Amino acid sequence: MIAATAAEWTRKDLTAIEELSPSEIGAVFAQADVFKPLLESREKLVSLHGQTLVNLFLEPSTRTRTAFEVSAKRLGADVISISGNASSLVKGETLRDTALNIRALNADMIVMRHSAAGAAAYLARVLDIPVINAGDGAHAHPTQALLDAYTLRERFGVGPGRGIEGRRVTILGDILFSRVARSNIHCLTKLGVRVTLAGPPTLVPGTFAMFPGVRVVHDLNVALEGADAVMLLRIQHERQTTTHFPSLGEYTSMFGLNRERMGLLAPHAIIMHPGPINRGVEVESEIADDPARSVILAQVNNGIAVRMGVLHLCAHRSRRQPEQ
Amino acid sequence: MNAAILPDTTTPDALWIKNGRVIDPANGRDATGDVFALNGRIVEGLSAGQRAGARVVDAAGLVVAPGFVDIHARLGEPGNTARETIRSATRAAAAGGYTTLVCMPDTTPPADNVGTVQLIKEIAAKTALVHVHPAGTITLGHRGEKLAPIGSLRGAGVVAITDGIGGVQNNEIMRRALEYSTLFNIPVLDHCQDSSMTRGAVMHEGEWSVRLGLRGFPAAAEEIVVASDILLARLTGARLHLQHITAANSVQLIRQAKAQGVPVTAEVAADHLLLTHAALHDYNTHLKLAAPLREEADRRALIGGLADGTIDAVVSDHSPVTPTEKDCEFDYAPFGAIGLETAFSVALEALCPARGGAGALPLALVVEKFTCAPARALNLGAGTLSVGQRADVVVFSPVEAWTPSADGFHSRSMNSPHIGRVLRGRVRGTFVDGRQVFPFA
Repeated sequence: MIAATAAEWTRKDLTAIEELSPSEIGAVFAQADVFKPLLESREKLVSLHGQTLVNLFLEPSTRTRTAFEVSAKRLGADVISISGNASSLVKGETLRDTALNIRALNADMIVMRHSAAGAAAYLARVLDIPVINAGDGAHAHPTQALLDAYTLRERFGVGPGRGIEGRRVTILGDILFSRVARSNIHCLTKLGVRVTLAGPPTLVPGTFAMFPGVRVVHDLNVALEGADAVMLLRIQHERQTTTHFPSLGEYTSMFGLNRERMGLLAPHAIIMHPGPINRGVEVESEIADDPARSVILAQVNNGIAVRMGVLHLCAHRSRRQPEQ
Repeated sequence: MNAAILPDTTTPDALWIKNGRVIDPANGRDATGDVFALNGRIVEGLSAGQRAGARVVDAAGLVVAPGFVDIHARLGEPGNTARETIRSATRAAAAGGYTTLVCMPDTTPPADNVGTVQLIKEIAAKTALVHVHPAGTITLGHRGEKLAPIGSLRGAGVVAITDGIGGVQNNEIMRRALEYSTLFNIPVLDHCQDSSMTRGAVMHEGEWSVRLGLRGFPAAAEEIVVASDILLARLTGARLHLQHITAANSVQLIRQAKAQGVPVTAEVAADHLLLTHAALHDYNTHLKLAAPLREEADRRALIGGLADGTIDAVVSDHSPVTPTEKDCEFDYAPFGAIGLETAFSVALEALCPARGGAGALPLALVVEKFTCAPARALNLGAGTLSVGQRADVVVFSPVEAWTPSADGFHSRSMNSPHIGRVLRGRVRGTFVDGRQVFPFA
């Protein structure tokens, strides 16, 4: 069962979706399908038994760090979490030295979040152990995109007339600074989803239309019309300060998802959000809490199965290499 | 095959480079022939006795040209000797065919005072293999607030003034600097960048910055300052020189300004003739340049600007950075690439028709962009083989292939975007004041 999916996975690392083939994405989903039914049992697996996973979070995060910790522990790994600030790291120890030190402490895998784009790929080149990207600047957040697509797939089912291919997903909000948006663009379009990016032009530049299967729409009504799912992105008002939009109030009035705008979506449409939510800013509270529409907590739960899948696949690939 | 030029351990007064294709654009010369020097100066010919004692170089099958003139280089001293020294930079320069360098003033401390300029000249006098001319800053500490003592700097020997990377942000300061510079007829050099538009920027703003999740320098941030500098040059009549231009619209603005008689010159860095932002796809910090690599249309416009004379010179934009400093996250790596040892080969690769280059510039025009044209832009009186001039000469093969490697550079740094790239066109010998400085003795 495990070998069947692991056989398709040849990667030591997961640093970005862009380089994955649709069948590799399928391998992650298949592995997550194996793990998901086991989540309820609270039983620990032995996949990573005896291995040490280091969560190196150089940018603040609660949910992704916790999700990786839970996932790794369910697979039987020992988990060490290191939190810090990448910019203070720069002044002293380099990322290379930090990573080599962690490796010297016999870590078997590293999950890293970092504020600089490209940091995960850099680390993956430096280290001979699996590196899983938990977010690198505005570049990529591959496990978030995988769990989002997994959730869509779960909602829309498989089989004739079902599935996610050909579905319309609108990603709304701060696309420019979002690693979640970038990874979702790659992941969804590889799976045949038609992606609409929406928001003010300052946060959704037309350049994004270069990605095949992606359209950029600045009129929210057009962007929502007939969508099968809306992915909301957190407005990072601490980051954009004053230049990208005038105020949170104006953003909400022009681009916030409210009950009135919900009427534009397909009747079965679902609402997604990677969290943390700014209630009342990008989405009305009632919509986020609507069990018929919101899959926000299902995303969190699927995040565990998907990350277990990723860790399992990378670990079992990497362990084979030195023996060859 | 042509004979190798061997290191020269003697120091004869006479030099005879024979049978090469002599390209001397300033004098309209492009023909097979000989170049002679006596006591460090170019001469018409040598007497039989002088020939007998001369250093003779057989340049059959090779090109003989004025030594290259680089008006945009960073030499590391004072203050950054881990990256480069004047000794190591001028060795790199000699290996790259350069015989004259203008060094940027953004050193530590900056060349905003006579003492630092004198120090640079002293170190150069003791250690340099090629001619080194310092540039001074426009403002104190190149902070853009208060004018540096430009008259005193001129007196100490600076050939130009510039605030280096970042440029001058305040139009009033720039206007006064240009105006004041006319007292001394000293060119004012600017790195064109509106920094209010480039906070956190690390590469060209475009498709690749979007893909990579990196903050971009919009082309408009350069074009705005090109335009404002041109307007101020017209207002003041001062000599303006625009450094490492990257954007197609900048080329057009300069073209218009020249047509209107504005006293402006411009340069392009060799790397921008060959590479675009697509080369940054794997976050290679060696491609993180302060004048960012832009799009294919920009690259072609730069070549077009060279071809029609809008852009006067090709420069190395030599910016050494240690491997340790470059070995980090892309956002945190210092800007810059070394270029002295590769610029000419890179330009040939990008420009010459036999290689399928887009611009199809004749070899003599490429040589001009490395010799008399940059010299003229900064009034250096170099870059020609005219009789009586300093005998600064380069001998190169326009076709020999070579591959730069990390451990093959003479620079103290190895932050080159061209490691592993096959380049064609290689310097075989470099002569300064009639003496061979490369290959090294």
